[in-house]
Amino acid sequence: MFSDFSSWAVGKCWILSGTETGCHACRSRAFQTCSVSQESGEAPDIIHEEASVILEEMAHRLKISTVRFFAFTLTKAFKTLFQHICVNEEGIHRLQQAIQEHPVVLLPSHRSYMDFLLMSYILYTYDLALPVIAAGMDFMGMKFIGEMLRMSGAFFIRRSFGGDKLYWAVFSEYVKTMLRNGFAPIEFFLEGTRSRTCKSLTPKIGLLNIVMEPFFKGEVFDVHLVPISISYERILEESLYARELLGVPKPKESTSGLLKARRILSENYGSIHVYFGQPVSIRSLAQDKVNRCKYNLVPRHIPRKPTKETQSFVTDTAYRIVRLQEDSMVLKPWVLMASILLQNLEGLELSLLTEQTLWLRGLAQSCGAFLDWPDHTPSAKVVSSSLALHRGLVCVSGGRVSLVLGEPQGLVTPEEALFNRAVSVLSCASYRNQILHVFIRPAILAVAIHNAASSKKDEVFNCFSFLCKMFSDEFILCPGDTVQDFEEACYLLVKSGSVQTLQQNIVVTDRGQSTLSFLNGLLESFLQGYQVVCQYFCEEACDSLTEKQYIPAVRSFAVKLILAGNLRCYEVLSSDMQKNALAALLRLGAVSKVKVADQVTLKVNKLAVNSLEDTLGGRLPTQKAVLARL
Amino acid sequence: MSATVHCFPRQEIMKWNGWGYSDSKFLFNKKGQAEFTGKRYRLSGMILPSLQDWFENTFGASVKQHKSPPSLNAGALPPANLNEAFLQDLTATGIPFSHEADDRVFRAHGHCLHEIFALREGRGFQRVPDMVTWPNCHNDVVKIVELACKHNVCVIPYGGGTSVTGALECPPEEMRCIVSLDTSQMNRILWIDEKNLVARIEAGIIGQDLERLLNEGGYCTGHEPDSMEFSSLGGWVATRASGMKKNVYGNIEDLVVHIKVVTPRGVMEKSCQGPRMSTGPDVHHFILGSEGTLGVVTEVTMKIRPIPEYRKYGSVVFPNFEAGVACLREVAKQRCAPASIRLMDNEQFQFGHALKPQVSSIFTSFVEGLKKFYITKFKGFDPHQLCVATLLFEGDRERVLQHEKQVYDIAAKFGGLAAGEDNGQRGYILTFVIAYLRDLGLDYYVVAESFETSVPWDRVLDLCRNVKERIIRECKERGVQFQPLTSCRVTQTYDAGACVYFYFAFNYRGLADPVHTYEQVEHAARDEILANGGSLSHHHGVGKLRKEWMKESISDVGLGMLRSVKEYVDPDNIFGNRNLL
Repeated sequence: MFSDFSSWAVGKCWILSGTETGCHACRSRAFQTCSVSQESGEAPDIIHEEASVILEEMAHRLKISTVRFFAFTLTKAFKTLFQHICVNEEGIHRLQQAIQEHPVVLLPSHRSYMDFLLMSYILYTYDLALPVIAAGMDFMGMKFIGEMLRMSGAFFIRRSFGGDKLYWAVFSEYVKTMLRNGFAPIEFFLEGTRSRTCKSLTPKIGLLNIVMEPFFKGEVFDVHLVPISISYERILEESLYARELLGVPKPKESTSGLLKARRILSENYGSIHVYFGQPVSIRSLAQDKVNRCKYNLVPRHIPRKPTKETQSFVTDTAYRIVRLQEDSMVLKPWVLMASILLQNLEGLELSLLTEQTLWLRGLAQSCGAFLDWPDHTPSAKVVSSSLALHRGLVCVSGGRVSLVLGEPQGLVTPEEALFNRAVSVLSCASYRNQILHVFIRPAILAVAIHNAASSKKDEVFNCFSFLCKMFSDEFILCPGDTVQDFEEACYLLVKSGSVQTLQQNIVVTDRGQSTLSFLNGLLESFLQGYQVVCQYFCEEACDSLTEKQYIPAVRSFAVKLILAGNLRCYEVLSSDMQKNALAALLRLGAVSKVKVADQVTLKVNKLAVNSLEDTLGGRLPTQKAVLARL
Repeated sequence: MSATVHCFPRQEIMKWNGWGYSDSKFLFNKKGQAEFTGKRYRLSGMILPSLQDWFENTFGASVKQHKSPPSLNAGALPPANLNEAFLQDLTATGIPFSHEADDRVFRAHGHCLHEIFALREGRGFQRVPDMVTWPNCHNDVVKIVELACKHNVCVIPYGGGTSVTGALECPPEEMRCIVSLDTSQMNRILWIDEKNLVARIEAGIIGQDLERLLNEGGYCTGHEPDSMEFSSLGGWVATRASGMKKNVYGNIEDLVVHIKVVTPRGVMEKSCQGPRMSTGPDVHHFILGSEGTLGVVTEVTMKIRPIPEYRKYGSVVFPNFEAGVACLREVAKQRCAPASIRLMDNEQFQFGHALKPQVSSIFTSFVEGLKKFYITKFKGFDPHQLCVATLLFEGDRERVLQHEKQVYDIAAKFGGLAAGEDNGQRGYILTFVIAYLRDLGLDYYVVAESFETSVPWDRVLDLCRNVKERIIRECKERGVQFQPLTSCRVTQTYDAGACVYFYFAFNYRGLADPVHTYEQVEHAARDEILANGGSLSHHHGVGKLRKEWMKESISDVGLGMLRSVKEYVDPDNIFGNRNLL
């Protein structure tokens, strides 16, 4: 399915028809939009100028010489870094066809800086039109590289511009003009930012909304969305991410930083798989879901808030695409091993690890995982070569495999030791996270079965649905799809022989015990992590807790618990989990934001938080928790 | 029973299962060349050498696969369900009527594809009128409607029979006796008022007769819908018709000064003929577009104009459709549209070429070749992109010439090249013969239909492109084996938008139920039109074909308003054709 293209073909011919004119067209239209959208009394020429500045800051300037230079350098770099870059060629052919028919939007997963370089590199190699990429402003700060990226097709957007109407107008008009002209595919990341945890982030729908609008307004016949899954065997930023999650601030993107990153060039990062999915037609998706006549009554250049119906359609689509990305992520054997190791932090025998990995392989395959397991290699060799590639994370001594505990040199404070250990746990978790999408529904069901007061199907469902609500920022669970998700989970567990459904009861079979306990273990750290956050709110949080203070505060709370020996879960130290937990509590109304002067403080409803905590821990039946919230 | 009338010539000279006159039709002769029979049109009796190639290449059809329609099978007709009491009373009035099979079938349909197809397949209709009556004047209509109310009989007014919305179809669930009220005998011009330039005309008059009669006195109405050879004044009023030359003369609602209409509640008419009134909502507008659901229009006072001194055709070639639309928009903006201006897309341009008659002299073909060379090679127009606008100017000579220059100057700004009077004139002749072509298609397994919409200027191009693409896609999805012909033209310009007319045809071989497939595709096309900001109809009307979209189009309240009028005017649903609502 994937074909290897480590070798580089030279002498590409290139067509860049009318990109320049496209820009001009956009300029004029964007201005028009702005002048209309601006209700303030500012003079039109001032607005004009402002818009002009924004456009300068944002626009891409595709230059083929730059792209060639980039391609040349990247080929060198990729060759040293990676063993293989594998691309599914039939996906490329589909893409080729789609580009000819309709405007195309490329939606890759986002796990690394490499992603968009890699995308442009691949499209260039296959002689496809280079994408125009919406990249975050932080890249622009990188002096020389920023300009280079711009010249290879990136345009830059501010991370947040919620309030700036003019910026929004210029930006959305820019994207739409590019789409309507259809000279080049548009590329952006649905997840909005790089996932530091290697599990997909819940999609942001702003940009997706923009690229769908030309279809809703009839300006184009259709738009095709192409989900693209980029799977790295090892991520360049691996330990960087772990540190970032633990609160070591992330270095600002700078050219010198990139140069320092040269150190990583000497390491082996395994292979990359890029899977171009089936193009998804917005027209087909929107049929019977979006009434386009709504757009008839206002001139099309006037920006409008999407209706509720449209909003939910765009959200659904975004989730659908992210799931498609997840489904085609290529999983390496190490991902299975990491999942097992994380449930055995004290380490385990190599032979046992091999055995369990093979068992998990079977389970993963029955759940539809896209596993890249070398077929004709003895399993012992598969395991040992994975261990070798990730020797920075695991060590084997005396036939026992365990996580590396960080640098043991010299005397370290207990806190430092803890953080070192947390780095390896979080790094390891980032591999386990890659397989979460395969097991997430069965795993939630497993927890639900475990927590539910009885095995009655509706009670299990209540519990399941509660967990889905709780974890909807943590995992890709489309709001409103709970029933479907539940059925899917039941189907998978029944199929693998782990549970039986008998007259409205869900019963765990004998041979299903091990599966369920593994699945329970998979979510254990999340359940614990959320409970710790709840516990923090109930026990420690003061009234004047601001949003900014929240993360350091909850972190030191968790550190205390771990040092006291009351908690063994290191993942709760991850700021990602802390943020997600807070988002869940906010969404469920247990915590609310209150604006006091310039500060946003968090107001805690201790009763509600407490009952959520108990429900998560299975100490309180779900039904009551729901009532308590009401 | 007596008083069966058979002396009405129209029915005798017209096809019962196709468009127009019996003597006029397209056919492929023994040599395989296309010709148009009869003597009525400029194209009549001519050989059209390129039509066969175009036909075979466009549709993947073969002229060898001929399929001739059966003749009328009177036995297949549902028996007449007569209301004896009504019949007795009607006989007493002396108004002629008939319940002969051919009279009934002739008035059971309009010209929708499914109607013509059913006739040609010999399948007929589930429900046809049980009898036909021919009132001679307003008072006859009053009598008929009174009797219909008295005996609870359903009345369906019938004018020219050119409906393309299923408006003339009898509702299959109608259990009462259905009387087709044929207005064709009410065809007189009652008076002409030269001081005010209006004429009082009976509503049954057919367009071309009206024009001919007025021409005799030096006048015209200037109302020329494409169907004017066969459609009636009453029908125009009932459907809100639009004429080709509306830019000078206006659409029917602009032309009408006074309407007399017979409803079950009685006769409605205004008390004076003032040119404009502020007397609440204009009651004429309940009648205009009522599609025979409220009553029968019997007499109309209509504006007339002196016949224009000078008339000149013209045409402009544009490099592509986009340039053409931009030009029309500019013309509309400057409010200098000629009497008619129409923009045909490339498909229609090529189709027009296929209908060029054999050239008589070597010189003509040489000139044609030279023109083609100039446009495609010298000017660099792509023959698969270029499109043509046809123009018609009317007025006094000097003004026309001045006007012409203005329009050509605008066209030049958009890359348009003047392409001669002849091309323009041919474009308008085609309008009248094009309807005959569907019958030719049906002879060779090709179904065809047209539909129209009106749309704001900024959406014209998007709508045309999206609708065409939707049709092609839907056909593919439904197993149509050859790519369909989709073509459009911008036929009318307004200040705020344009009227767009679509043609759509495909080869249906290999399809189990071509009409059903066709209807599904047309339905999808209409959805697409509405989604792209187009209207449900510009001038064809709603009939039964587009009823389902009415609520969406005019809102619940709007529909309720129309319903309450219907309920007041016709509580017993005497005018029960069930159009519109």
